[in-house]
Amino acid sequence: MSQPVRPEDKIENGERRAFLAAGAAVAGTAIAPGVLLYGMAQAKPADQPVSAKVRWGMLIDTTKCATGCTECVTACNTENSLSGKTGPQDSQWIRKVELKNLQTGARHSLPMLCQHCEHPPCVDVCPTGASFRRADGIVLVDRHICIGCRYCMMACPYKARSLVHENLTDQNPEVPRGKGCVESCTFCVQKVDRGENTTACVEACNAAGHKAMLFGDLNDPESEIAKTVKTYASTEVRADLNLNTGVRYQGI
Amino acid sequence: MKIAFREIEGKSQGYWGLFAVLAILAALGVGSALYMEHHGHIVTGMDNQIVWGLPHVFAVFLIVAASGALNVASIATVFGKTLYKPLNRLSGLLAIALLAGGLMVLVLDLGRADRLIVAMTYYNFKSIFAWNVILYNGFFAIVIAYLWTMMDQKGGRWYKPVGLLAFVWRLILTTGTGSIFGFLVAREAYDAALLAPMFIVFSFNYGLAVFLLVLMGFYAGTGRALGDKMVLRLKNLLGVFIAASLYFVFVYHITNLYFTKHHGLEAFILMNGGIHTLMFWVGQVVLGYLLPMAILFHPGLGNSRAWIALAALLAILGGLAQMYVTIIGGQAYPIDLFPGFEVSSSFYDGVVHPYTPSALELMLGLGGVAVALLMVAFAVKVLRFLPERLDDETVAALHGAK
Repeated sequence: MSQPVRPEDKIENGERRAFLAAGAAVAGTAIAPGVLLYGMAQAKPADQPVSAKVRWGMLIDTTKCATGCTECVTACNTENSLSGKTGPQDSQWIRKVELKNLQTGARHSLPMLCQHCEHPPCVDVCPTGASFRRADGIVLVDRHICIGCRYCMMACPYKARSLVHENLTDQNPEVPRGKGCVESCTFCVQKVDRGENTTACVEACNAAGHKAMLFGDLNDPESEIAKTVKTYASTEVRADLNLNTGVRYQGI
Repeated sequence: MKIAFREIEGKSQGYWGLFAVLAILAALGVGSALYMEHHGHIVTGMDNQIVWGLPHVFAVFLIVAASGALNVASIATVFGKTLYKPLNRLSGLLAIALLAGGLMVLVLDLGRADRLIVAMTYYNFKSIFAWNVILYNGFFAIVIAYLWTMMDQKGGRWYKPVGLLAFVWRLILTTGTGSIFGFLVAREAYDAALLAPMFIVFSFNYGLAVFLLVLMGFYAGTGRALGDKMVLRLKNLLGVFIAASLYFVFVYHITNLYFTKHHGLEAFILMNGGIHTLMFWVGQVVLGYLLPMAILFHPGLGNSRAWIALAALLAILGGLAQMYVTIIGGQAYPIDLFPGFEVSSSFYDGVVHPYTPSALELMLGLGGVAVALLMVAFAVKVLRFLPERLDDETVAALHGAK
């Protein structure tokens, strides 16, 4: 697993400003995402700024993922206060997909979630900039400016997003959700920002003894995930779209 | 040749009856939206698989028809066909009204319709949706200015340049509408540059069909003279636009059929997609293209007002069927996350997504249509949009003037 950001790794303010300026320039006239990014950076504890030096990612080994096991799904629902219901109008941030190769008959089981793309189609199409990608690679929805148009749901190649179809109760204060807004996996950003640097699904998978999921900083050469993807073959789902997803898979 | 424009009297039982029916439909539409807003989208047939439903079928149809309705004015202004000049006011009015109706549906269907101000103040310029917000607002402004150049003598000298701007703008606008789908790489039914020009041709078709129906409706209703010369020219044009729509649909499907990876999608739309296959062949192709073309180009039926009206109505129904197949069908066919694999999950991966629209969605969609027609019915009563007479002599004189 990757280490929490050490004080000496902190990016100085100047560098952060330079990054933001570059970001704003790239965004051209779209002020909103830049402002948002700045807001996100400010909202974090002063000793742990979001940095583009980090790229949070996940590696899923389908050979270790057990058919029928839904520990990761349950843990996600608990952590993020999702109902766990699976009707067509219910939110699902992570789901287990069962695969069968039509030619060979080979079977695989894997969790599917927001792939936290480097070039997320949901962020491209969002009219207000509510869908955005943090400097550290986590793709989020700003609940304050999402208008519920669902264009991001049309655009997501992974069907990773859900619209909140009804009023919610008993929410986790750390995980804001709301009727009429779109939501998806946040890589447990509340845990990441606390410095835990893990996600509920990964913890649950480890606790169940499968160890099929690995979370960490892809940019840190010393992290387990970076070492593993460097050593073994892994792939992106719908790799042809060239989105450079933060979630990668082994064994399919 | 000076054309006299006059408000319609608008005192007949027929007028007020029409007004009342439209007002009730509009109120039902707004009521549905309020109900959806209060309870959330759980009360609709839309879900996390079919995220855009019947409201979008109506909204996109109206928006596409809006830009097409402006064509008659463009033909007069940009292409110098003075024959159509008496109709350009109605053309501009319809364009504004249809767009307003369509946008009303689109906006009221938002998960957070109360955040409209956010949509107007936060822009992500990489989003074609954000561009469309600007294109729609610009369209209103330009067409209102265009109407001013037509209706106020002071604006006369701006008539040509503003008309040209409106023409170019409407082409860009429909490019934007088609690209809402064309720019979606995620789904097989979209992700094609062809969608933009195809939507432009659809707009010619739907816009003129609506225009023709409204024109014939008001002239029949008010007893004003509307000669065959004008109607027959417009109906021939409609026939050509319908044929062009069919051509684009043919190219779209033949291209997909050539690529093995799209065979699943094509089999779904063309052969085994249930309601979507029915909507495509019966709704879009037979009712929307073949039947109206047969009527319009028939040597006998093509000269009858009733048959022409029927053909225009069929073209509109075909347009709604096309939007259903494009929007709902495109989502109903599952995203192929893992080519070569059979997939299943609790989130309905790998299965065709069913969709049963609720009455609320239908009422919201019809509410948008009603608002558009209500605006037209009101405007022609209070302002001089319609020529007093368009009998054959008047039209012939105009034609001669060209």
